[in-house]
Amino acid sequence: MKSIALQDAVAMIRDGANIMIGGFMAVGTSERLIDELVRQGKRNLTVIANDTAMPGRGIGKLISAGVISRVIASHIGLNPETQQQMIAGKIAVDLVPQGTLIERIRAGGFGLGGILTPTGVGTVVEEGKRRIEVDGKDYLLETALRADFALVHAFLADYLGNLSYALTARNFNPVIAMAADTVIVTAEHIVPVGVIAPDHVVTPAPVVDYLVANE
Amino acid sequence: MDAQTIIAKRIAKELHSGMLVNLGIGIPTFVASHVPAGVNIFFQSENGLIGTGPIPEEGMTHPTLTDAAGQPVSALPGASTFDSAMSFGLIRGGHLDMTVLGGLQVDAQGRLANWMIPGKMVPGMGGAMDLVSGAKRVVVAMQHTAKGKPKIVKQCSLPFTSLRPVDLVVTELAVIAFPGGRATLVETAPSVSAEDVVANTEAELVVPEKVPEMTL
Repeated sequence: MKSIALQDAVAMIRDGANIMIGGFMAVGTSERLIDELVRQGKRNLTVIANDTAMPGRGIGKLISAGVISRVIASHIGLNPETQQQMIAGKIAVDLVPQGTLIERIRAGGFGLGGILTPTGVGTVVEEGKRRIEVDGKDYLLETALRADFALVHAFLADYLGNLSYALTARNFNPVIAMAADTVIVTAEHIVPVGVIAPDHVVTPAPVVDYLVANE
Repeated sequence: MDAQTIIAKRIAKELHSGMLVNLGIGIPTFVASHVPAGVNIFFQSENGLIGTGPIPEEGMTHPTLTDAAGQPVSALPGASTFDSAMSFGLIRGGHLDMTVLGGLQVDAQGRLANWMIPGKMVPGMGGAMDLVSGAKRVVVAMQHTAKGKPKIVKQCSLPFTSLRPVDLVVTELAVIAFPGGRATLVETAPSVSAEDVVANTEAELVVPEKVPEMTL
């Protein structure tokens, strides 16, 4: 793990990159990384995340600034701008059931080719997918998802990069931290090693590549 | 009593102490306000919380304690938090005793459509498909009709949320179940007749000789 300045961390993310962003309706999303992506004028990013939040918060800021060309998410209903840009053909939106989305990301981070889920069997979600029967029950084969970068927001990070999360700000964060080539973390508090007890470490230090220095 | 209160109060009768229950947005949310005294429920928010409590008073909220709509909530004693993979493991893995969701249409066999209106409303399914596919018991809370049109229909014109039939539909007029894959009138709301329900339902409804009235 290396510590890094905010602008250097975001400078690594090239236009057209595929990034996973933690958060659920912007709760647990790194607003600092989001603001810097907008400031640096990134374009054509593919974002994999639970939702696109709402205008003015979290991923909603990326939508408003025209940073994103494709979204893979479970819900965009609370951000009218996402829907407008989708209808206008400015962004492509792939909608994935939430439990399937998080398991596809988990599979990507855990070395699995995909997962079998009953969710979506016989619905529009099944289109183009393989249905596999196991012990008389039907499942869809949902393939793994990985990304170039994961933008993770933690509550505590120690100097080595061990992470813990706060309440409902955990959501997608520890799962995406496993599923990207480069993992960039911001934290509410950066603390000495040992402050997070081993039993309370949720994301172990070796999976974190960069910890953004606090100001 | 308004429609929302009738529906929420009737669904609250389905709750028993110790159950793990997920409430969707809209009418389902109000079920939490009508939990009978002495009944302790674990409410799940699929963003990663069991033990969801009421909305805290102003000044007592925390930005990292929110429900599935991103709104501030409180956590009751014994609450726990976890990531989204765990949250949906609870939902699909047979650990969730009951889910209460809103509905756009339910067909004669009990299959639900509640996540999109093609060309009009494409918000995404969020957790709805996992909840209907995975919960032990699925209860739909909805108004019986929309702009005078029945919502319990012969065939859904809207895309299904899941092929798994729901267990119970509760409206301001009736409680309907689907034994043997057939929509069946189980209860009527106070001062509503079985004929009223049939007149407002497009799907063929099995009406037993005696239909009890809802107790609220």
